[in-house]
Amino acid sequence: MASKERELRVKPINNGTVIDHIEAGQALNVLKILGIGGHTRHVVSVLMNVPSGAMVAKDVVKVEDRELEPEEVDTIALIAPRATINIIRNYEVVEKFRVAMPRNVIGIIRCGNPNCISNSNEPVSSRFVVESMDPVLLRCSYCEFVLDKNIADHLL
Amino acid sequence: MIFERRHIISTKDFSREEIDFILDRAGRLEPYARMGGLDLLKGHVVATLFFEPSTRTRLSFDTAVKRLGGATIGFDSAESTSTVKGETLSDTIKVIESYADAIVIRHPREGAARMASEISSVPVINAGDGAGHHPTQTLLDLYTMRKECRKPIEDLNVAIVGDLKYGRTVHSLAYALSLYKARLSLVSPEQLRMPESIINYLRKQGVELVETPRIDDVLADADVLYMTRIQKERFPDPSEYLKVADSYRITPDTLKGVKDDMIIMHPLPRVNEIDPAVDSTRHARYFRQAFYGVPIRMAVLSLVLGKEA
Ligand SMILES: [Zn+2]
Repeated sequence: MASKERELRVKPINNGTVIDHIEAGQALNVLKILGIGGHTRHVVSVLMNVPSGAMVAKDVVKVEDRELEPEEVDTIALIAPRATINIIRNYEVVEKFRVAMPRNVIGIIRCGNPNCISNSNEPVSSRFVVESMDPVLLRCSYCEFVLDKNIADHLL
Repeated sequence: MIFERRHIISTKDFSREEIDFILDRAGRLEPYARMGGLDLLKGHVVATLFFEPSTRTRLSFDTAVKRLGGATIGFDSAESTSTVKGETLSDTIKVIESYADAIVIRHPREGAARMASEISSVPVINAGDGAGHHPTQTLLDLYTMRKECRKPIEDLNVAIVGDLKYGRTVHSLAYALSLYKARLSLVSPEQLRMPESIINYLRKQGVELVETPRIDDVLADADVLYMTRIQKERFPDPSEYLKVADSYRITPDTLKGVKDDMIIMHPLPRVNEIDPAVDSTRHARYFRQAFYGVPIRMAVLSLVLGKEA
């Protein structure tokens, strides 16, 4: 029964990327970071609150026919530090890696200081330096505002 | 040490050695700050872009440029620029960089100078961004301590009094003093305490510091009494404001138990923090401090433009 259930939920994909071990509740934010919205052409599966031995519950995101680069996914580490990336070709996992915290986070998170120049109409992207990974601590490169909690709430 | 073409955005961008280098140079330029006679910036144009008014700082930069034989262009309020027509700061910088050899900028938004420095091909000097940085103020504060105190900065006990939460100048001053390992006494009302992140940073740097709401706790030991303005609007209850405003008011009377050579500094303008009767005491240094802004800015400008004294 259990294997049948799993099959229903996690149908293997032919080609693409599976982002596994996302903190439960963060799947939609992961899509946001990857820039996947309502207009995507790819087949995207989102699983939420999947029972998981290591994490009690986890989310999983599968993007078909798109292979994500490590740099592209590293920002996910901000909200899901334990996430793993599986690159699938022909139903086979050809590459598997864990997300790694980037040194800089550019254009993805809004600065929490409303008076920051990056929150004005200037043509600049927000930019944060990752000062610490555990706990996560980001410092705005422009105004030095420190972001250390509810980071997902600041996704652009 | 290379300063040519460097931007001056935050005191934090500088090591103690670099700060000392700038202070040394200001020392050599100081005589010319009073009488001119140097032509290091001859043929050079410095733009002073003040998107929010600060007459004092602007005139200080203006004086520094002219004492070095240079010329200035610019404006002193956002109303006199295209900003009101919706022009971005980025566009303003792209235009002005082709007119000027260096840009001095003051802007109401935090991080504005940093952004300008990423766009500009000529050196940008931050003259205050929102509640953010004002590095030349910190440099002139350090210069004042170096010139006016009988001990080196590392041996000083500096009491910083007033609005330590929002005060533009005191955060970078505290940071810079931590490079020298000076002792700090932080005096403020409970609701205007120095932000936790800065306190933690200072402690990590091994700075010896005390925090207290009572100025009487620190007066006797202080070598420098650095007064700042407390703004009334920070207090929801006006009577609360009056209480602290009064307790942080320096008069000839409050100075009775202080060290003979203790000096009083203030970034100015003052409101009520210092009784004018204090001006004529041997402790007052705030007007001289304001003057020291000129040699400091001369030093910074000539360095970023690569002009040797
Ligand atoms: Zn910011």
